[in-house]
Formats: sequence, C-alpha cells, structure tokens
Amino acid sequence: MIEYVWLIPLFPAVGFLINGLISRWWKLPKGFVAWVACSALGLSFLFSLLVFLDLLKLPPEARVAVPDKVLFDWVVSGDLKTVIGYKVDPLSMVMALVVTGVSFLIHIYSVGYMHDDPGFTRYFAYLNLFVFMMLNLVLANNFLLMFLGWEGVGLCSYLLIGFWFDRDAPANAGLKAFVVNRVGDFGFLIGLFLIFSKLGTLTFDEVFARAHLLDPATATLITLMLFVGATGKSAQLPLYVWLPDAMEGPTPVSSLIHAATMVTAGVYMVARCHVLYEMAPLSMAVVAIVGALTAIFAASMALVQVDFKRILAYSTISQLGYMFLGVGVGAYSAGIFHLMTHAFFKALLFLAAGSVMHALAGELDIRRMGGLREKMPVTFWTFVMAALAIAGIPGFSGFFSKDEILWNAFASPKGHFVLWLIGFVTAGMTAFYMFRLCFMAFFGSFRGDHETWHHAHESPPVMTIPMVILAVLSVIGGYVGIPHVLGGHNYFHEFLAPVFGEAPKVEHVSLVPLAWAGGHAAEVGSEAVLELTLMVLSVAMAVFGILLAWVFYLKRPEVPQKLAEAYPRAYRILWNKYYVDEIYGALFVDGTRNFGTVLWHNFDEAVIDRTVNWIGALMRVMGAGLRLFQTGFIRDYALGILLGAIIIMLFLL
Amino acid sequence: MIPVSLYMLLGALLFSIGILGVLIRRDAIVIFMCIELMLSAVGLTLVSASRYYNGLDGVIVAFLGMTVAAAEAAIGLAIFVLLHRTYKGIKVDEINLLKG
Amino acid sequence: MILQWIVFILSALFAIFSALMMITRKNPIHSALFLIGNFLSVAVLYILLGRQFIAIAQVMIYAGAIMMLIVFTIMLISVEELKKVSLLRFGAGGVIGLVMTVLLFGFLASSVAVRTLPGLKGGFPLERIQELGPFKVIGGLLMTKYLLPFELASVVLLIGIIGAVILAKKER
Repeated sequence: MIEYVWLIPLFPAVGFLINGLISRWWKLPKGFVAWVACSALGLSFLFSLLVFLDLLKLPPEARVAVPDKVLFDWVVSGDLKTVIGYKVDPLSMVMALVVTGVSFLIHIYSVGYMHDDPGFTRYFAYLNLFVFMMLNLVLANNFLLMFLGWEGVGLCSYLLIGFWFDRDAPANAGLKAFVVNRVGDFGFLIGLFLIFSKLGTLTFDEVFARAHLLDPATATLITLMLFVGATGKSAQLPLYVWLPDAMEGPTPVSSLIHAATMVTAGVYMVARCHVLYEMAPLSMAVVAIVGALTAIFAASMALVQVDFKRILAYSTISQLGYMFLGVGVGAYSAGIFHLMTHAFFKALLFLAAGSVMHALAGELDIRRMGGLREKMPVTFWTFVMAALAIAGIPGFSGFFSKDEILWNAFASPKGHFVLWLIGFVTAGMTAFYMFRLCFMAFFGSFRGDHETWHHAHESPPVMTIPMVILAVLSVIGGYVGIPHVLGGHNYFHEFLAPVFGEAPKVEHVSLVPLAWAGGHAAEVGSEAVLELTLMVLSVAMAVFGILLAWVFYLKRPEVPQKLAEAYPRAYRILWNKYYVDEIYGALFVDGTRNFGTVLWHNFDEAVIDRTVNWIGALMRVMGAGLRLFQTGFIRDYALGILLGAIIIMLFLL
Repeated sequence: MIPVSLYMLLGALLFSIGILGVLIRRDAIVIFMCIELMLSAVGLTLVSASRYYNGLDGVIVAFLGMTVAAAEAAIGLAIFVLLHRTYKGIKVDEINLLKG
Repeated sequence: MILQWIVFILSALFAIFSALMMITRKNPIHSALFLIGNFLSVAVLYILLGRQFIAIAQVMIYAGAIMMLIVFTIMLISVEELKKVSLLRFGAGGVIGLVMTVLLFGFLASSVAVRTLPGLKGGFPLERIQELGPFKVIGGLLMTKYLLPFELASVVLLIGIIGAVILAKKER
C-alpha cells in the first residue's frame, strides 16, 4: 500500500481539474461539484490512512528507512537532479493525515456554507488545488517539490482570500497575503540556493546525510534563511501582518488554510530540517525567541479585538508561536503534536465562527452578539470544547500538547526560563481572550437588533456534523500523547522519535536525565516533580484567565470599560495593533512607491526616453540629409552612376 | 595586322564620347541615341577581343547585346511617345517626379 | 597590309568624327544621321576584323532598325530644333561630366594600352573560319553552346514587342 502514496495528492488534483476545467464550458450542477470535491478528499484521506496503517506494521527503525516513491524525473539540469517523489515516514504521514482529515471535514462543511454563493464551483476547484499543493508540500522528498507546494499554497491562499474579488477589501487582502508571503519565500529560496551550492543536491535524504559537511556559519545562514520563509508562511514576527487581513476570505478558507494547514507549513519545514537546525544553535535560538515573542505579541492584540474572526486570527498567530517555540528548543515532536491538536480545535473555532455568521447574516462584531447559546446549541457546545482545548484545561487535547511545549521550553538544553515564562503568561492571555469571546458571543443578552435575533438559527447538519467530529477530536486527540509524568504512554512522541533521531522513550517516569543543563532542574531535585509543578501552574493560569474573563464580561461588564479609560494610551496601542500596518505602509509601501516615482522621472523619462527620442531625431536628420541626393533629375543620376563606375575602377587599379 | 589594342582604344573612346553626350544633352531622344552609341562601342570592343583570342564568343555576346538594344529601343521609344503626350518636347531637366 | 591600315585609319577617324558631331548638333535629325554614319564605320571595322556576320548584323539592326525607329520617333513627336547654343549644359554639371568622362577614358585607355591582355586562346583562327564558313560557325555556336542565351534573347524581343504595343496604344 505504501507504493500508492502518490495517489494521496493525485485525487485532489483530479478533483481540481474536473471542477476547474469542465466548468469553463459547461455549467456544472452544485451536487456534482460537491461530490467530486468531497470524494476526492475522502479518497485522499482513506489512502493516507491505509499508508499509515501499512507504516505501523513496520518496526520503528524501518519506518524512517522506507524508500521514497519516485514518480519521474523533474528537473535534470547540469548537476541538479530533482524528481517528483514522495517520502513515507512518520512525520509526513502525520501531516498527511491531519491535512486530509481536516480538509475532508471542512469540504463537507463548505457544501453547506457556500451553498448560496455564485462562485460555488470555483471555490471547490481552488480548495482542491490547495489541498493538492499542501500534500505536495508535506509528502515531498526533496526541497524543490516542497517549494512547489510552498508556493502553490501561497497562490491558493491568494485566490481564496480574494475569492470575492469584486470587493476592494478581499482583493487587497489577497494581494497583501501574497506579497508578504513572497518576501518570506525570497529568504526560503536563498536557503535553497545555499543548500544546493554547498551540498550539491536537494533531496532530503541526501542533504541530511551530507549535512555534517557544512561549517556552522553556513548552516546558520541556511537555517536562518529557511526560517525567514517560515515567518512569512506561518505568520510570525515580522511577517504576520497578512493573516488578520486574510479573514476577508470565506470562513471555511480561514479554517482550513489559516488555521490547520498552510500556516503550519513553516513548523513542518523546521521539523523536517531538524538535522540542519541541530547544527546551528543560533538559528534554533532565533526560532524559539521569535516564536515566543510572536505568541505573546499576538495574544496581546487579541485581548481587545471585537471582530470574531480577527480574535481567532491573532490566536492562530499566537499558537503558531508556541509551535515554533517548541521546535526551537528541540522538542520537535511536541511542536508537531501541538500542530495536530491546534488543527483540530482551531479549525473548529473557525467553523463555529462561520456558523455564527451564517446565523446572523454575516455579523462579525461581538459587541452586537450575545446569548447565542439558546439559539445555536450545537455550535455553542462545540465552541466550548474547542475553547477549553485551546485554553489548556486538563482532559482536552490542547492541554497535553501545550504543556509538553512549556515543559521543554523550561527543561530542554536549548530552553530557557524566560521562554517558559513568556509561554506561561501567554497561556493565561489565551484563556482570557478565548473565553472573553465565548462569553460575549454566547452568553448574556443579545445586543444586536431584533430582526437579526429573530432570524438566528442553528446551522444545517452538513455544517454541524463536521464541527461535532472536530469537537470530539479536540477532546480525545490529545490522548495519544499523554506524558509519562502522568502515567501515560506518549505514543505520539514514540511514533515520531525515529524521525528526529531520538530513541523512543519507553515507560517510566523520571527519564529526564539529571545532566540536562537547562533550567533549574538540578536545584529542584527530581524532574518529574518539576514537570508536575509546572503543569499545575499552567492549569492554574488557564483557570485564572477564564475566571477573569467571566468577571470582566459577565459579572461586572463595566470593568473593561473602566480599564480602557484608565489606561487610554495602552488601550489605543493595542486597539491599533501596535500601528504595525501603518509603519509597514509608510516604510515599505510608500517607500517603494516613492523610490519608483523617483526612478521613473529621473531615469526612465530623462535618460531612456531621451535616448530613444534622440535616435529617432537622428534618423530624421540623416534622412533629410540623404534626401538632397534625390533630385529627381535623371541626368544627376547618370552622373552618379558614372561616378560609381570611376570609383570601382580606382579600386581595380 | 592591326594591333587589337587600337581597336579597344577606339571602343573606349567612342564609349566615353557616348557618356559625355548623356551628361551634356538636354533632349531625351538625343540622350537615347548616345546610349545606343555606347552599346555599339561595347560591341566593337567585344568583337575585337574575339579576334584577339581567335574565338567567336565575343561575336555571339555582341550579337545578343545588339538584340537587347533593339528591344530596348522599341520600348524606350514607346515610352517617349507616351511622355510626349504630357510634356511636349521632352527635356529631362524639367521632369523631376522622382524627387524624394 | 597597307590597305588594311588605311581603311582602319579612315574608318576610325570617321567614327570619332561622327560621334563628336552627333553629340553637338542642334537639330536632332542631324544627330541621328551622324549616328548612322558612326554605325556604318563600325561595321567597316568589323569586316576588317574578319567578322562578316556581325558587320551585316550591325548594319541591319543598328543602322537599319534602331535608327529608323529613332528617326520615326523624332518626326512623330516633332522635337524642336534647339534655338540657342546653350543646348549644352555648361555650368557645374557639364564641367564635372567632362572631367569624369576624361577620367573614364583615361582609365580604359591605360588598361588597354599598357598591359597585354590575359585569357584563353580559342579555336577559331581566321583560316578555320574561312574553311568552315563564317556564318555556319556562328549559327553552330548559337545552336549549341549559346542555345540558352539565344532563346532568352528571343523572349526579350517578344517582351519588347508586346511592351511597345501596350505602351503606345491610345487610351480608350
């Protein structure tokens, strides 16, 4: 079954071709389009599952040694030889399962959500194309194919964000996303060029086998450049600005692309290239620091937003920061674990947002919501599940993944107490803003107009069933990774361990060797106790955040207002998102435009146009001069012939 | 035996006189006659060369040139007749329709 | 021998004389007559060279057909007799023309008189021509070695005929 891994990306590609091409000539019925798109994803997921099960049959050491499935040669030019080839190993299969599974559920949801949209067929065509590109990204066995997927998802993101392109805001948002992504991709390309020029190959297996030939400086440069690409794609500082604007796209798009799949590509890339990152401690520090700072930075902005989807967008940026923090301190499987659980609950949160929008005819301002739990019980309960998961309440999936990251931030040799502290505070903020959203939208009394309240209704099953499934996953999805400290068996870590070169950890509690230098492990004594303590602390922080939200928005709603008035400057900075967009606009957008204008006037007009005009004038002058010879009198021409003959004779002499 | 170079010199002289006539005269017909003179002079040169080489190729070429001269005369004079309808008394100094 | 020289000198002088006369006459008919004289003297020179055929052709075609055409045309379009002597275009153009003509003649003459002429010797000395028959050899050559030019010449004549007829037709 493993040889059929190439079918996994193929199905969505075929779906895209069918929906995208045929619809140019014949109008396809909605049922047909929906069936094609969803079954493409369904088959993709099925095959991912089959390949995964086949992989499980192999012993752990053999799982990373499965030969790549090569379809055909792609670019063969000089020394460069790349293929269209897919890699089957635990990491890629985890990613494939997450991508295909979540995509499948969102496709089904979209059938209901986009039902009345005239661009129904186009939407599903783009969505299938996106999944195809994403699968190429995660299954690729070489950097170039991964880059193809990397760019491809950026393209589909642009197409889907600007789906309603006849309006200004989505069109501009799509453009912003693509351009900012491009800036990141530039760094990524530099990294690729360096890898090829130093190691002579772009295939993963070969690159990682030869990686030890790199000197630390080059390795640092390569990894930093690759990380620049990741900041663009995964919306970290400083290239996160496109993600909040990307909320202009249809909500299922936000759910799939900007929560579960595309934005996680950067994390996957760092995890895949861990061999290179291990050689460059500086880069890993950068990754971890950027991740942590992004986490707290984005969370701070989410505290005051009033747009339902924007809050979720900043939350996504923040949680991505956590994932980078995880891989930055060397806890690769922890980062991927959080990637998986986050996919479940964040996708669900966005789907719930879509459900609310569907009910309230497009309303997104939470100041005009309230008490929706009476009208939309399924949406409400699934939202609460996801919110509890993201807050890190024990028993839900987010708790396990987030805690593993925080523990590693504290205790890993590459970790640091400050990193843990930042993550810890952010966890509290996360719980706070998430439940602020929950309370303002679903509790209390409705603050909008009466008509909207009257029409509010629960979404149809085609939308609620995927949400329920995701809610179930948000709860139980974490149980594959219960840390040993709590007596569980971390299957997830064990499964991914061979990829990252760690020996799979087996059973008992205090595996963390005393020799680990990071953190205060030595002082406290036993690592297990330390881990439990930290766990308790973060749970307490989460509960504190929830309680604070309850107080602020249910018990005493006047408090937030008073706080805003008490610290107007701070509030305004947060409300305006630290003015980052304005700074970028003035610096880069206006700067580039002015530079272009200067060049236009001083170079294009003055130099080039002048030269061209001058040449034209020259031609005219020469013509006028030559015209004097054309008198029209035959005898002058006869004279000319004679003259020519004499000259020729001169030559013959 | 008259040296061939004399014949050729004579041919060159007649040719030059023909050219002089073309450059000097204003009347189109006379210019045409001068051109015929030039052609004849060339024929003389060719035939005298054939005598020098004891071959007959020069004669053939001169003969064919003569043929062409005849055809050219026919067409050229027809054109003159046509032109006469527009410009009475064709004076080449006045016709400058080719002026660029 | 002497006879040949005398005939040559006389014919050459007459040729030059008639050419000069031709280009300086006011009356175009006079020019035409002098040109006829020039052609005839060239025909004499051809006989002197032993090429009877071309001599006859010269008289028939040049002095006969072409000159007749020219005379007819002069009469047809009644070219005026030029009143003034300034038929000659003196002035910058004329002087330049004269200079260049002299130059040209100088070049031609120098190339003829100074060097011996290179080239192959053909296979038709006078005796052989006499032996085979002067017209027969020309005919033979025209039909074998120079067949293509011969045919093309006939095409040219055809074009001449057609062209002349078309051009001189009266407009309907």
